[in-house]
Amino acid sequence: MEALLTCENLSFSYENTGVLRHLSFQVCEGDYLCIVGENGSGKSTLVKGLLGLKSPAEGTIRRGGGLRANDIGYLPQQTPAQKDFPASVFEVVLSGRLNSRGFRPFYAKEDKMIAHDNIRRLGIESLMNRSYRDLSGGQQQRVLLARALCAGRRLILLDEPVTGLDPIVTEEMYRLISELNHQEGITIIMVSHDIAAAVKYADHILHLNRTSSFFGTTEEYRVSPVGRMFFAGEP
Amino acid sequence: MWVFNQIMEMFQYDFMVRALVGGLLVSLCAALLGVSLVLKRYSMIGDGLSHVGFGALAIASAANFAPLEFAMPIVIVSAFLLLRISENSRIKGDSAIALISTGALAVGITVATLSTGMNTDINSYLFGSILSISEKDIVMCVGLSVIVLILYVLFYNKIFAVTFDENFAKATGTHAGVYTMIIALLTALTIVVGMKLMGSMLISSLIIFPAITSMRVFRHFKSVVISSALVSSVSFFIGLVISYLYSTPTGASIVIVNAAVLVVFAVIGGVSDRIHARRFSRETLPPPTS
Repeated sequence: MEALLTCENLSFSYENTGVLRHLSFQVCEGDYLCIVGENGSGKSTLVKGLLGLKSPAEGTIRRGGGLRANDIGYLPQQTPAQKDFPASVFEVVLSGRLNSRGFRPFYAKEDKMIAHDNIRRLGIESLMNRSYRDLSGGQQQRVLLARALCAGRRLILLDEPVTGLDPIVTEEMYRLISELNHQEGITIIMVSHDIAAAVKYADHILHLNRTSSFFGTTEEYRVSPVGRMFFAGEP
Repeated sequence: MWVFNQIMEMFQYDFMVRALVGGLLVSLCAALLGVSLVLKRYSMIGDGLSHVGFGALAIASAANFAPLEFAMPIVIVSAFLLLRISENSRIKGDSAIALISTGALAVGITVATLSTGMNTDINSYLFGSILSISEKDIVMCVGLSVIVLILYVLFYNKIFAVTFDENFAKATGTHAGVYTMIIALLTALTIVVGMKLMGSMLISSLIIFPAITSMRVFRHFKSVVISSALVSSVSFFIGLVISYLYSTPTGASIVIVNAAVLVVFAVIGGVSDRIHARRFSRETLPPPTS
């Protein structure tokens, strides 16, 4: 299968200090890749790179399989200003369609239908006319996930989607993402702190580390030196 | 009936009609932009820009330049500068704005005092004066306001996306930086145009009050925008009438009406929040479908 994203020998730097060095990995259609690593290991830099917001110091990011730059949906971390933002759920989800509008100023019927579809898909129809600021953290994440699906139907990139959620809602969120991956064939790239969940749900792991990074399938990760460090003491 | 007669009488004066037309348009523009500025935590930029505008007007009148034409480019450049500073700089945004606005104010007052002394001219720049609005001003005011309104409507969806989530907008290929700059540009235009009427000390209230007021009660972006426009226009009209009837300063009267409306909306909002919370307190989401 042709890879959607191929990263070769990728290096990023901030003010001349290298953050990531010589990273190579690829993401194929239908993959579920988790990017894990400590704070400061370069996860957010890599996300910026994949979204095309930061160009690599070295190496290349190639899109394949007919993936256009606009086909990537993104679930960013929430900003404090957003939490009490007066906007309806529908307004937020619909804004995911903006990238396909180009210079045309208003949304078409089709955009609204796609927004409706994604709202239904994530089981938040009952919230459609509610205000974003009145929702719980888990509900807000579902809304943002629906918006991400409006922006990109093939690949979505999630940046720490469960931060600040309670354990039950976290589990629900992981299940939802997993279903999108398995049943709808949407390719997932998720940045996470939670290595246990990453191993449970993802099929590929990219572990960033200042000295050595790991990329491979989850099975390979379990037996790798980096992976073992995290599972020491587990059977 | 008495009020009605007084209002009829009031608009027999040409300068009152000018003030009404110009003021309503400026209030409308300021209110629309205000929603984005307040939500993006940029509301102090409006305040900073109005002080810069005052400095520019003082210099213009000392050097005998056309005031609005001279102030406009300076305020626009400052708007871009303030945006940049508040986005990426070692000086925090709010401090940067305070530095620039007090600096510009100091320059303005010094220039004004040296050239003419603190006369009524300067006083009207600081606190506004409906009498100072000329035929030419009103043409410019209408022209610019119409431009601001058209651009706002055309870019409404983009302004929403950039206001709600700049990172997402950028990541999915919207030039968020450009639209933020458009917001800054429109704000600069509105402030320059409104300064003569409202005064540079008070113009930023037109940006901040209606948005904050509307957010007390309304929960959707579109309804907040529409309510801001209405609140702003109605407050302006009431303030103008009061200032005519009781000979109070126009700009200040309008701000006081805005503040009163804010109190009313805050009370309504408090009650409706409570009803809202009760209605949805026990509701949970269904598990993911499929």
